[in-house]
Amino acid sequence: MPKDDGIGASTKRREDIRFLTGNGKYTDDINLRGQSFVHFLRSDVAHGRIKGIDTAAAEAMPGVLKVFTSADFESAGGIPCGWQVTDRFGEVMQEPKHPILAEGKVRHVGDPIAAVVAETYEQARDAAEAIEVDIEQLEAVVDMKAALAEGAPKVHDDLTSNLCYDWGFVEENKDAVHAAFESAAHVVSLELTNNRLVANPMEPRVAVGDYDPWGDSHTLYTTSQNPHVIRLLMGAFVLNIPEHKLRVVAPDVGGGFGSKIYHYAEEAFCTYAAKVLKRPVKWTSSRSEAFISDAHGRDHKTKIELALDADHNFTALRTESYANMGAYLSTFAPSIPTWLHGTLMAGNYKTPLIYVNVKAVFTNTVPVDAYRGAGRPEATFQIERLVDKAARELGVDPIELRRKNFIKADQFPYQTPVAVVYDTGNYDATMDKMLELADYANFDKRAEESKARGKLRGFGIAHYIEACGIAPSNLVGQLGARAGLYESASVRVNATGSISVYTGSHSHGQGHETSFAQVVAEMIGVDATSIEIHHGDTSNTPMGMGTYGSRSLAVGGSAIVKATNKIIDKAKKIAAHLLEAAPEDIELKDGKFSVAGTDKSVDWSGVTLAAYVPHNYPLEDLEPGLEETAFYDPSNFTYPSGAYGCEIELDPETGKIDILRFIAADDFGNIVNPMIVEGQVHGGLAQGIGQALMENCVYDDQGQLLSGSFMDYAMPRADDVRGFTVDHSCITPCTHNPLGVKGCGEAGAIGSPPAVVNAAIDALHRAGHTHVTHIDMPLTPSRVWAAMKA
Amino acid sequence: MHNFEFVKPSSVAEAVAALASEEAQPLSGGQTLIPSMKARLNAPETLVSLMGIAEMQGVCPDAGSLVIGAATPHATVAAEAASHFPGLAALAGQIGDPAVRNRGTLGGSLANNDPSACYPAAALGTGATIVTNAREIAADDYFQGMFTTALEEGEIITSVRFPIAEKSAYAKFLQPASRFALTGVFVAKYASGVRVAVTGASENGVFRWAEAEAALSQNFSADAIAELTCPSDEMISDLHGTPEYRAHLVGVMTRRAVAAAR
Repeated sequence: MPKDDGIGASTKRREDIRFLTGNGKYTDDINLRGQSFVHFLRSDVAHGRIKGIDTAAAEAMPGVLKVFTSADFESAGGIPCGWQVTDRFGEVMQEPKHPILAEGKVRHVGDPIAAVVAETYEQARDAAEAIEVDIEQLEAVVDMKAALAEGAPKVHDDLTSNLCYDWGFVEENKDAVHAAFESAAHVVSLELTNNRLVANPMEPRVAVGDYDPWGDSHTLYTTSQNPHVIRLLMGAFVLNIPEHKLRVVAPDVGGGFGSKIYHYAEEAFCTYAAKVLKRPVKWTSSRSEAFISDAHGRDHKTKIELALDADHNFTALRTESYANMGAYLSTFAPSIPTWLHGTLMAGNYKTPLIYVNVKAVFTNTVPVDAYRGAGRPEATFQIERLVDKAARELGVDPIELRRKNFIKADQFPYQTPVAVVYDTGNYDATMDKMLELADYANFDKRAEESKARGKLRGFGIAHYIEACGIAPSNLVGQLGARAGLYESASVRVNATGSISVYTGSHSHGQGHETSFAQVVAEMIGVDATSIEIHHGDTSNTPMGMGTYGSRSLAVGGSAIVKATNKIIDKAKKIAAHLLEAAPEDIELKDGKFSVAGTDKSVDWSGVTLAAYVPHNYPLEDLEPGLEETAFYDPSNFTYPSGAYGCEIELDPETGKIDILRFIAADDFGNIVNPMIVEGQVHGGLAQGIGQALMENCVYDDQGQLLSGSFMDYAMPRADDVRGFTVDHSCITPCTHNPLGVKGCGEAGAIGSPPAVVNAAIDALHRAGHTHVTHIDMPLTPSRVWAAMKA
Repeated sequence: MHNFEFVKPSSVAEAVAALASEEAQPLSGGQTLIPSMKARLNAPETLVSLMGIAEMQGVCPDAGSLVIGAATPHATVAAEAASHFPGLAALAGQIGDPAVRNRGTLGGSLANNDPSACYPAAALGTGATIVTNAREIAADDYFQGMFTTALEEGEIITSVRFPIAEKSAYAKFLQPASRFALTGVFVAKYASGVRVAVTGASENGVFRWAEAEAALSQNFSADAIAELTCPSDEMISDLHGTPEYRAHLVGVMTRRAVAAAR
């Protein structure tokens, strides 16, 4: 086995060579012959009735090919929602139409009203300025509770209210939970906001639609995390194009963080307009446009309460949350505050009774959907802030309170009261590891040293659980998913032994081309450089579900293992024929097939050549060739967990918080490429710290986006996120996938926000500011200072 | 961005002539104008670049002052003013990021007079003289509220004369997103007294904090202003800070600037 590129090796990312040398091929790098450009005229009011659109002047402008309005899309469907939630009364959610271009009303700043296609981008933009739109401005609803008030303006006139659904989980437990609170020795409660975020991947969204009149076939190049999902949603529900006439390609994609999962109107527009105009149509989002058209993340308001007995055992937990859906239902929006949030509310704890209530609300804001972590950060933030507050109110050590209530290592598999079964974990081990790496024992000394410099030092802890690789498909179907959640892989062994792997996963920064090759290299024992990973093109990869929810290695990697095992089985039969032995006596080691107990062997390329040049081959029993496809549908989620410790210094004069150290001790199960895992955790931590300290998407009460550029939306920079210590030596392998892996992509963003906030509260309490029990994220200097002064 | 004509004169006189046309605008480092043009908020027909005029470049000591050409980039000031006027050089070295510092200019910053820009604090805090193609303007008369100055239409800043302070420093608290000054204070000690100029905080743009100047002129130490608070009336309120917070920061940053002055 070549140790330098098998499972467990920190192989350098092969894709980085092209990214770092400017040779990446992103969607905006694709320019087709005869290409035209579209510019969308977007609403600058949050809520209004469209009384008229006059496109005549724009159509007469130089270079303009056509101006589209909703009238051009009468035969098209709306942008579909991929998940239907059933509420606590057994009714399905309210699901409004989401037109490609606004029909009758605009419902958020950025809602596209018209689209101009021209020879050049500048011509399209010039012409868009000449479109006259008569809009009667309506009162906007921005605040969720105001949106639900009697008589509030309705975002969608044809719905009964702005309530999408009122979800209870587990509804049958509700009375028992309330009863447990009645008899509790202690009740601790907290009201908090999970701040709205804009994903802001480095690469904005881009779509290029192309139409081939000879084959009556369409191609869409798009910045997507899941091209097959786009092909299915757009083809079947929006444009009525069958899959065999529609190819979707997501080439190199420069970050997604969830925001590129969804099917967007611009994709359908470019695909459709290319056929109308018989010209390729390209759209490249500007950063300003991204702020008002990419799905946002988070935006929950929650009241959470914890009941404890006299010995500080958690006896019950209940929450009431409001979740902002924005103006339309984005692809997976309804599932985020429900199945990806409620099911995680047990956290790492043995809390026997849990009730989660979520009201999803329509507002005149950009649609909200999954953002790195999606539902699980909201759950973790609530639980880990509340447990910390409970420890403070009860006067006990926050670490000991957690340990007392942890599900213990010998209690797995563990059935939680919120439906899911955790397969493995060892929360005391990750807590121990974090405290050791943090040198927590000497924290007080460091705090004294800070105090001498006039600074307040604090240490915050969070212990998270997450659920990755949502599955199995039949279960998620019962929960309302309108898609399966398996993954696919095809392994094509070429005649000379090199291997082409086609995966339904999609890499947009995760390093799949490297780590997936490591898996196959390990299994067959060939050099990883002879293996190529292909993804992102529906014309050559089997139907797959893409990359999100930290699922790619756990689900996509497992499909690759399954397909590779089929390859190995067949290759052994070929080897057995060549070696004149029985297949069950053939062993594969280091890329060589040998007959057990003999010195007879044939190497990998000898077998692969025989498969394609089958002169000496058991043709009567075995087909030639060596190519296999597998689909893998997991039997359960995976459950990564970890202990996060954040050490901060707070400047009491300005309220500014500096992260001094951040320790992440994660249990990701088995690790394929430790370096890539470390990078994923670093990225997640940067986003979680960004949410905790800096990032905030803010609308005014008229629905205008106040944080609509990087001048006001504070993205973390390298000097804001430092001092990371990342460890993944605590391993309890997943029991139900062949690699024993759990997923690592979102953990950093899930576990870090409560650790940061807990550290800030800790620093303030140590300095005597004990009146500060909570500060809503982001903990900007201004907010921290105001809290201290309050 | 709309199309525009571009001219790059080599003398102030040519630039003034080129700017006589109504739809012409001067372009210095372009750090504000170019983004606003890209956003289609500004559409001049002609851009008159001031970057090719030799007499508007350079850092030159002159009888107790430092004269800096208006088209001198921040990075050049940071490097070349360091030995003459370290407080001013340090301010220049903190503006924006390296790309901004290599393009943005002193004159551009003062002509734009962004209420959160750094250079206005230096000009007002030193009692600088703004030299234009037509006249000399004292800093106390030059700044007239946010984005408003004493400059006439078509008037070009050619250089700025900064009286070199005995001691000075600039303390800036960053707005987390833009990294402009949420509040920045330039403190300069002269034989004639102390000047304190505040940027980023007021709805009226850069201003002098008279109470602090009086106290520091008596006793140039942070302790001398420990009990002073700046009123929060007419302070900026936005996503990043309340008026009260900004007023508080004026005190903190002034004390830090005094402590750091050299």
